[in-house]
Parts: sequence; structure tokens; C-alpha cells
Amino acid sequence: MRVAGKGQIDQSTPISFTFDGIQYRGFAGDTVASALLANDIRLMARSFKYHRPRGVLTAGSEEPNALMTVGRDGATDPNVRATVQEIYEGLELRSQNAWPSLEYDVMAVNDLASPFLGAGFYYKTFMWPRAFWERVYEPIIRRAAGLGALSGKKQSDKYERAYAHCDVLVIGAGPTGLMAALRAAKSGADVILADEDSVMGGRLNSESFEVDGQAGADWAAGIVAQLGEMNNVRLMTRTTVAGVYDQGTFGALERVNHHTSVRDGKAPLETFWRIVAKQSILAAGAIERPIAFQNNDRPGIMTAGAVRSYLNRWGVAPGKAITVFANNDDAHRTAMDMQAAGVHVAAVIDSRSNVQALGDYTLIKGAQVCGTTGRKGLETITVRSSAGTQSISTDCLAMSGGWNPTVHLTCHMNGRPMWREDIASFVPTEGTIPNMTVAGACNGDFSTHACLGTGLEAAAKAVTALGKTPVEIDTPQAEDTAYKMEPFWAVPGKGRAWVDFQNDVSVKDVKQAAVENFRSVEHMKRYTTQGMATDQGKNSNVTALALLADATGRGIPETGTTTFRPPYSPIAMAAFGAGAEGKGFAPERKTTSHVATIEDGAPMMEAGLWYRPSYFPIKGEKTWRQSCDREVGYVRNAVGVCDVSTLGKIDIQGPDAAELLDFVYTNMFSSLKVGRVRYGLMLREDGYVMDDGTTARLSETHFVMTTTTAAAGAVMRHLEFVTQVLRPELDVRLMSVTEQWAQFAVAGPQSRELLNGLLDQTLDNETWPFMACGDVSISGVQGRLFRISFSGEHAYEIAVPARYGDSLFRTLTAKATKMGGGSYGVEALNVLRIEKGFITHAEIHGRVTAFDIGMGRMISAKKDCIGKTMAARDGLLDEDRERLMGFKPVGAVKQLTAGAHLYNEGDEATAEFDNGYLTSVAFSPTLGHFMALGFVRGGPERLGDRLRMVDHMRQIETIVEVCDPVVFDPKGERTRG
Amino acid sequence: MRLPCPICGERDIREFYYQGADVALNRPAPDAGDDAWQDYVYLRDNQPGEHRDLWQHESGCGSWIVVSRNTVTHEVSGAKLAKEIKRAKA
Repeated sequence: MRVAGKGQIDQSTPISFTFDGIQYRGFAGDTVASALLANDIRLMARSFKYHRPRGVLTAGSEEPNALMTVGRDGATDPNVRATVQEIYEGLELRSQNAWPSLEYDVMAVNDLASPFLGAGFYYKTFMWPRAFWERVYEPIIRRAAGLGALSGKKQSDKYERAYAHCDVLVIGAGPTGLMAALRAAKSGADVILADEDSVMGGRLNSESFEVDGQAGADWAAGIVAQLGEMNNVRLMTRTTVAGVYDQGTFGALERVNHHTSVRDGKAPLETFWRIVAKQSILAAGAIERPIAFQNNDRPGIMTAGAVRSYLNRWGVAPGKAITVFANNDDAHRTAMDMQAAGVHVAAVIDSRSNVQALGDYTLIKGAQVCGTTGRKGLETITVRSSAGTQSISTDCLAMSGGWNPTVHLTCHMNGRPMWREDIASFVPTEGTIPNMTVAGACNGDFSTHACLGTGLEAAAKAVTALGKTPVEIDTPQAEDTAYKMEPFWAVPGKGRAWVDFQNDVSVKDVKQAAVENFRSVEHMKRYTTQGMATDQGKNSNVTALALLADATGRGIPETGTTTFRPPYSPIAMAAFGAGAEGKGFAPERKTTSHVATIEDGAPMMEAGLWYRPSYFPIKGEKTWRQSCDREVGYVRNAVGVCDVSTLGKIDIQGPDAAELLDFVYTNMFSSLKVGRVRYGLMLREDGYVMDDGTTARLSETHFVMTTTTAAAGAVMRHLEFVTQVLRPELDVRLMSVTEQWAQFAVAGPQSRELLNGLLDQTLDNETWPFMACGDVSISGVQGRLFRISFSGEHAYEIAVPARYGDSLFRTLTAKATKMGGGSYGVEALNVLRIEKGFITHAEIHGRVTAFDIGMGRMISAKKDCIGKTMAARDGLLDEDRERLMGFKPVGAVKQLTAGAHLYNEGDEATAEFDNGYLTSVAFSPTLGHFMALGFVRGGPERLGDRLRMVDHMRQIETIVEVCDPVVFDPKGERTRG
Repeated sequence: MRLPCPICGERDIREFYYQGADVALNRPAPDAGDDAWQDYVYLRDNQPGEHRDLWQHESGCGSWIVVSRNTVTHEVSGAKLAKEIKRAKA
């Protein structure tokens, strides 16, 4: 219920929202948790394993219990913490992990079966029969246990990623962070202040403390306003710094739009930030830890600090009769604040014997809460003290086992926190994150005064490291109470005392792990699941360690902690992957003929990042093969046009250009005449084939190299490597010009005729023989012509500056069509080259040598080249290696498939009898049957042999005959004609 | 992670291509023998700690650089143009 006159939220703006279909009212500034508590709703969720009724435990992002689902369909957001989600008009929430309803959940039967479901139960129970695990046990367990579910539908919300740089990143905007940011900013640093809450101020918004005579929250608002007016400060609310990475890089999640109903696609729901900071200040505060006792998980039992938050910040009393159970003075303030607000405090139970009441309330010293009642909400607690046992009626128990500094981010780079006996908790080890200063409560300094002071000191350190002079700011006046506590982890006794609320792990489970020799903290975690899921043990880790230490007879420092890894709190995959789905997944490279190609109805295929036409269908064609066969016919019988711009083009210029080529190619290029093109083979330094292509010599000092489409980037990188790292003395310059030139193959017996009707000059066989190249002019446009062929026909490639590509493609296609030809796609291109035994990266796949592909003699004996020495190794020249050959079907089945393996007839089709494999397969319309390229043990020695081809994947088997890789026009007469 | 390109300044790692140890700078003579070539092409010490390796600022200026970094602390202590290191050796 609301308490009149309390809280900082605007109680004049009512907001309605629904939870499981029932409408509730809250106010602007409420979280779902505060609004439901104000409506006296304590039951908010069912637990993970036993489906126990649960309410909120905390008031922050560490909440383990009150997880809900927001939204529907593609906008479904499961496991939303009620303590983080702000309410807005029309917000719809649903409970999760309960059926048929939160109120009556049949799976709560698990709770009765709990004696059989303790730590490690599935490791022991579902051992046998083995086959049952996947089909029977796992589906049952998955259905019974769990958190919220994804919709399975396409994400409809918008997510973004963003980048920021600053001098000082301040993480956390409580008293420490505010002072740190203020001083750093006033000293001239470029500051980002990030806080996961919607309002900055941290605990100052949850406590009744004063700072400099003002209410803490008002003082904080004043500092935030000051910071907001400074140009060198960026305030990021609702932003969780979730991960720390090398070189001052931070990952942060900003919940941009979760607090409004606006989903117009403009603002993203969340933004994932990468922030790079020269210095950082961690002011992440501390998290209160619960105490383990029997049935300490009933709705209405929460941490003492959370109870104060609900009262002081949201004006909500989570109960009518409050009790407090603690081992420290700090929690007594919950009783004081409640009384001051006029709420009845039934009793304060303190585990310590030597303690004084801070006010006028019933204090039961040296006592423990050893049991509770109230199935769906707390009704009574049982208190045990030296005076005996008594029952107290209460609907809200505020518990506190002390505070744990939020050390998580300091551990993200492999740092381990240190145990501090006086506060019975871990604090960060100094220097675990370069250029990070830790201050305030997350460093174990809990008083407001200490927070303000250490925040100022941290800023001075950061600013000085930046080479600036820190301005002087006085530490504001604030409470400086000593933190008085005595470690107290669990109330001894029977029954289940919960340690990890999110994973239903009890004291007994932790002890059980130790008994079964899972004594390492990492083993205990995995055996019990303590510390997993969305809260990652923020509420339970230290307690579980303490219990494990006790059970194993070791100290807590020796027991150690598990490893804290990013993210600090859950991040949706959609935020991590923002911008990388759909079209954002990879860039698209389109040729200049793309538009014309699409207009022609050609289906596109991806070649790396490029889009190339598969084939150009015409009316009446029903299959791709019909189109492909026709296009092959264009080239063999008339003339075909194909965009080959995707091949890599590298412009190489300089006095030493030829020497460079001699070094990177196996064959000689310095002997190439100007105006001629030569085929070149490139090896890696280990002697295997890297790439092939043609290189044209345009002048003594100017070459244009072409690479395969697939290896264009790798070859460019390789040439840069050779010229910069291996041979920097070479006077040569390189430039990728792939995108600057549009290049088209014009291939077929009528190719010269077509070009002669287009060029501003006339071609003939004497001046333009096979492998000639040079400048040409097309309607006044300067271009280049290369008489090269990848089809085995009389062919050319014509290149023009890219801006003329579209026009030239349309012109060439129109002319070819008139001559009984037309454009052809990658399918036909592939058939044409297989018929001619030309290789691509299907053959030079990284595991073959020049020798393997029959080009061993291309390695010039007259000079050194990359890969030459290693290619000469004995094992790489073995006649028995798998070597390139052609294959044709001679069995009953006429189909060949790429990837199929070859076996001797009579041998079993198993790995030990493997004799090779097919790499490229096509139906040759020219020859009327399938053709293949592939590798067979012994290569040319096997010419004429019959082999079994077996495709285990597609269940195809046939007999093939080994033939020469070049089956069409083996003498190359058509090419030269 | 960011690397200090000697030409462009500090740049995000996504602009760089990673090759491996700077051993690649010391290409043996063709007749250096099997062991030398085996060492050059295949063998790397890969001890944790200080490494000097080759990267190319592929999406930037295209420079091949030798980056000094510590594989234990992930500290990047510097970068030089491979070209200049090679020339200094010559």
C-alpha cells in the first residue's frame, strides 16, 4: 500500500497496466514491483525448479524471483525483472513458468517431490536407459523447469549498436559516482556517467539520509542537473555497463525505450554501446545479501534495503506489520524509517547478542528466524532465542546478512577479488583493470560520507592520469556511521533454507555437494546450479561460498569465488547482434550490370559478397538446365556476353613491376611482351596453389593482374605482403581496381564480329591474336581489350570505366541477341570451363600443388618464387598423389555429383579404399553427357581406368572412366581461330 | 581491441587482418635447406607473453605492421611498419 507523503515519484500521474490480465494502477516512476506492492500484490512468480510461490526479493537489477514476460509475438521479452521494468500506460505483463496460472500451478507438485530432486538429482536418476535421456528425460525436465520462453517468432522490435569515446567513464551514479563525475568534469575531462537506473542518485534515492542539509535524493538531483548543463558530460541513464574488455573498452546496454509504449520504429528498444574510455571509475555500489533460514522465500520476505527503497523512493509499504531479521546495524534503519512513516514494526530480530536498539521498537537479540508460514504470502515467522521460541505475525520480513560490494566488473579481465574479514565480503583487487579506479561501496566503503569522499579521490586520480589538474571540491556533509556486522549466513535446522532463490538451491544442496566431493567452488556451482541464470548469483554467491567453506573446513579466502564474466546483467541477443541481421549481415557487392540483369529476370547467386546471375531464363523454359544449356550453345555456336567484373583486378606499376610478378607467379612475366597477356599460377609459401589468373602487360612498367573472384582480397593482401615485408626494395605500387573497371566476356565464334560492330577500330587475327591486349575506344570511351578465353572459344574481355558498365552491357547483350546469342550466367560459365578442363577454387582448394593439377612444369627453373622451395619436397611430387583428371560416366547411372568419392571397382566404398573425389560436375550439352573434374590417385597414369563413383550423401553410385581434363577441343583451335 | 597503425593512428581491430609471428620477415634463401624452410613456414614458439606479429591494416592504409603485444596481459606496446623493420635489417 502507498504511504501518504512518502516517496519521490509523481503521485499525480496515474498509470494503468495489466498483470496476467488484471488491471492495476500505479504512478509515473513506478517499477512493476513497486506498483504491484502498492496494490498489495506479493505473489509475482513461481520458482525455477520447485514452482514455489515467490515475490520480489530486491529492488534492483539483481532480482532473482520476480521475472515476467512483457509483450507478445515478435515483441515478446521474457525474464523481465519486475524491479527494473518501469510501468507505462497499457503495459501488459504475464507470469511465466506456471500452469495453468500463477495462483494454482500444477507443477508445484515438484515441491512435494523435493526430497528426490536435490542437487545433482538428474545426474543420478536419469542414468538408465541411456537412450531415454534425449527423448524422454530431457524434454520432461525442460518442460518442468525453466524461466520465460521466447516467442519463436521473428524479432519485431528495433535494436541498435553505438560507439562512444571519453576521457573518464564513471560507472554508477550513486553518491560516489556523482562526486567522481562532477570533479572529473569540472577538471576538464570528457565524462560519461552511466547508471542502470532510470533516475541517478543510487541509494540516496532509497535512504532517508541528508547530504549537505538537503534530502539525499534532492541533493543528487541537484548534482545531476549541474552535470547535465556541462558540455563535456554525457549522462546515460537506464544504461548498464555490463562488460569490461581490453584497452579501456566497455560494453554497455542502454534500455532506450522499454519504459514507454511507443514502438514507432524510430527509437530502438535497446542500444548496445561500445564505450572506449582512457580512465574509468567504478562506483557500482553494493548488493545486500539475504540470510538462509527455513522457508525464507515466501512472498513478503525481502532484503532490508529493498524495503527501504520501496518506502523512501516509491512511497510503498510492502506490509502492514514489518519485521526485520539482520546481523548488522544498517538493517535497523528499515525499522526506523518504517516507524517514521507510521508503519507498524512488529519486531527486529538480530543474530547478535551485543546490540542496542536504535529507536523505539521491539528488539530480540541473539535470536534467529527459524521458520515461516503463509503459502502465497508471509503470515508469521517463528523466532528462536535463548528465551525460547515464539511466533510473530508479519506480512513483510526485511532481512539483511550484510552487504556485498559489486566487484563483478573488476573480475572481467581475469582479476580475483580479495576477502576482507571486517566486512565479511570480497572487495576488488587493485589494478585488475588497467586505468580503472574503484571507489565507494563497491570498494567496501559503505558510509555516505566515505562514498562522497572516495568518489572525489578517484576523480583526482583519473584526472591526474590524464595530465589535467583536479579542481578542489569539498566533501559534502553526510552520515559517516561505522558498518557494524557479525557474519551470519544460515540458521541451523531442518527444512529447506534457500541460498539461491533463482535456482532453488538450498543450504542442504551446497552441503550435499561438499559431501559428494564437489568441493571446488566451480564444481559446487555446476553441481547445484548455484549462481547461474539471470542473476548470476548476485544475491547468493558469498553466502554459498561461506557455507561451502564451512562444510569443507576451509576458510572463505581459500575457497575462493567462481569467475565473474560479462555480461553483468542479461543482454538480449538482439542487442548484441543489432544491425547484423538481414541486409546488415554482410555487405552486398553488385556489378554494373546488376540492374539490367534483374530486369532480365535472372536469379542471382552469391559469390563471396558479390551477386552474379545464375542464368537468364526466357519464356517457355521450365528448369535452370534448359536455360543453361541454351546459354552454353550461344558461346559454342554464336556469341555470349557475361559480366566478369567480379574477378579481382590489381593495377601494378613501377620499374620493378615485372620482377615482382616473377617472384609471386611460378612462371616468368619479365619476358612477357607489351600488349600481351599470360596465364599465371601463384603458390603459397608452403608450396600449395594459392590462385591463378591472367596478367596483361600494358607497358614496360605497367601490368594489370586478374585474380579469381574468390581470392581477390587474399591476393591483394599477398602482393602487399610481398612488396612491404619480403621485398621492400622493389620499386612498385599496387592498387586494387576491381570496382573501377566493368569487364565483360564476349565469347564465341562470332565475338570478333560483334566487337567489330562496336569498337572504333577493326580487329583481326594478325593484330589481335590470342592473348593480345591493348587500349580500345568504344564510341569515344577509352577501354581495354584482352583476347583471353575461359570458355575455349574465340573470346575477348572488354573493360570500360565502371560508369559505362551498364550501358556497355546492354549494348553487348542487344548485339549478341541479334546475332543469335545473348547473355549467359555463372551456370553456363561453369559448364564451358569444365568442358575445357579449366580450374577454379573448386579444384585449387588449398590442398593441391602445381604438380597435382598438372602444372608442375609451370614452376620456372630460372628464378625463385614464392612457394618454389617447399613445392619441391619429395612428398609433393609423388606420382601416386591424387592428381587432376577428367571423368565421364560409363555405367548405368549417367549422373555425376561433385563431392562424390572414387573407389576401385570391387573395393568397398570406405575411407581406407578411397582413390579420389570429384570437384566440379556439369552436364555438357556440347557432348551430351555429364562431365567432371576431380582428383584421382595416380592421375594421368589412370587414364582410361574405370572407377566406382559413390556419393554417400545423395545415395548415387555409378561407374566413371578417367579421361583427359580437357575434353572439348583439346588442341585449342577454336580459341586461336 | 585497437592497434596503433603507424600511418593512421589507433584503429579498431576490425580494420586489421592478422597473419602471425613476425618470423615471416626472415624468408630463407632458396638453398637454405629443409630445416630452415620448415622453421620458416611451419614452426612457431607460441610462448605466452611478449609477441611480435604481423597485421595488415587492410581496411585502412594497407600497411603491413609488426605489432608488439603481450598475449597474457593483452597489452599492446607498439607497432612499426614492417617495411621499415625490413629495410633497417638490410
